[in-house]
Amino acid sequence: MADEQKPGGSEAPLPAGGEAAGRPAKPSPPKPAAAPPKPPATMAATPWESDLARELKERFGSQIGETSTYLGQNFIVARPEAAIPILEYLKLEADFDYLVDITAVDWPKRPERFDLVYIVYSFHRNQRVRIKTQIPDGYKPETAVGVHLTANWLEREVFDMFGIEFAGHPDMRRILMPEEWQGHPLRKDYSILQQDQRWVQESLGIESGQ
Amino acid sequence: MPDPTFLDSTELVLNMGPQHPSTHGVLRVILKLDGERILGTDCVIGYLHRGVEKIAENRTYAQFNPYVDRMDYVASVSNGLGYCLAVEKLLNVEAPPRAQAVRVILTELNRIASHLVWLGTHALDIGAITPVFYCFREREEALNIFEKYCGARLTTHAFRIGGLQYETYDGFEQDVKAFCDMFPPKVDEYEELLTGNRIWVGRLTNVGVLTADECKEYGVTGPLLRAAGVKWDLRKAQPYSGYDKYDFEIPTRQNGDTYDRYIVRMQEMRQAVRIIRQAVESIPEGPIMGKVPKVIKPPVGEAYVSIEAPKGELGYYVVSDGSTQPYRVRVRPPSFVNLQALDRMVRGALVADICAVIGTLDIVLGEVDR
Repeated sequence: MADEQKPGGSEAPLPAGGEAAGRPAKPSPPKPAAAPPKPPATMAATPWESDLARELKERFGSQIGETSTYLGQNFIVARPEAAIPILEYLKLEADFDYLVDITAVDWPKRPERFDLVYIVYSFHRNQRVRIKTQIPDGYKPETAVGVHLTANWLEREVFDMFGIEFAGHPDMRRILMPEEWQGHPLRKDYSILQQDQRWVQESLGIESGQ
Repeated sequence: MPDPTFLDSTELVLNMGPQHPSTHGVLRVILKLDGERILGTDCVIGYLHRGVEKIAENRTYAQFNPYVDRMDYVASVSNGLGYCLAVEKLLNVEAPPRAQAVRVILTELNRIASHLVWLGTHALDIGAITPVFYCFREREEALNIFEKYCGARLTTHAFRIGGLQYETYDGFEQDVKAFCDMFPPKVDEYEELLTGNRIWVGRLTNVGVLTADECKEYGVTGPLLRAAGVKWDLRKAQPYSGYDKYDFEIPTRQNGDTYDRYIVRMQEMRQAVRIIRQAVESIPEGPIMGKVPKVIKPPVGEAYVSIEAPKGELGYYVVSDGSTQPYRVRVRPPSFVNLQALDRMVRGALVADICAVIGTLDIVLGEVDR
């Protein structure tokens, strides 16, 4: 028994030693590699120098956090309550008459959980500007339908996908998902395999959609 | 005055679709009617929702590339181009000139293929049976070139981030030139069938009018905007992929009705041939792939890149957190935004006009629902 154990024991350490030597070697490089890139993990944006940026800062003061440019694309970071006045100002005073898109980005670890992003374009200037605001979960931003009619469906989609409700919206319903669906799929805590089991069973008559 | 009977009730709610041949897919429109007149509509969409934007967050940048073809599946090459350009912008690389020229050729061929599907089905909705066979005959020629180039006809996945995966096949130039010689007379043929046809003109003129201001208000782009007199095309306004090197016109019309949109799209097909001719005669030699690392990890940041797809402005808003998977990909689909104007276009029109208006919007439900 002891003889049998010994060769077994002598055999075992070899692969175990080999694995043990391999194991710490494998996780250890990612750790120091992952640690240094974290501090500079912000967008390397530069200030946006232009008459329009100066005008906006003059007009809205502290409600505009930054006017920056990244990869040649200009954006404004503003307080959430300033988004609609800025859209209105840009439309009426600066010819940004085309609302390209409204969308959101979920950052669950941040206290202001969502980035709400408006993209506007001016045919006259041939220029695009992004307006970004940060809002906490449950905050109801004002609707942009009063400024641009396009906002109607775009905001409905943001509501559907992120659960951000827009105050004063004429028709705040889901648009892509079924109306009775529970949950908002583009939130980061909504798993890719997740579904509304009850809705699937009741409406489709199948056990699971997976 | 006799008592009103139930027959006096004038308003009727009618359900159109989702399974209806002239809704071009699974679009459901609820119509409120007063006799034959449309009082209002409500679009029910989402039947084809596959969560493309959610899928993107769970795939690497390169893995997500084939998925974009499944949105606007009649113009998959354009979808791929937009996505590749957006990621290339984040990586701050540019496709080499040879790749750009091939991209332009394939994208413009795809514009023609997409417009041919539009023309065939639009005419079919209105009662002209013949054009659909003619259109699909010529579209086949364009799809054959895609098939020979990358093996697929519809969901092509023709481009890669940074350039192209495949070199052009032997005889690519000849095939493309043969298409350019063959195609313009065919457009004449379609025009002969339709442009002066009394029924066609009668069914389209002053139907679904959208003025330039209304287009801007609704964010409507593409041929709809140009038919309302706005000379705006992203290929000219903010050129990408070397479109500034080619000489072409932006066709416009003034009335913004369905007939003008028909004329604009017909002229766009001729202009596309013009671009393809110039591109194919001057495909530069050189590499087809830019300096893109094997593992695509764009620096932390975000970019919005849009292209002139056959349906209008197709935009990708991509957010990177520095990892190998996109943190967020937002697709700004032209079909979705344009469809919103349907209600404005058909209010006060007749029920039969809604088929003409859905046809002229040129929506693809795969892109509306994503």
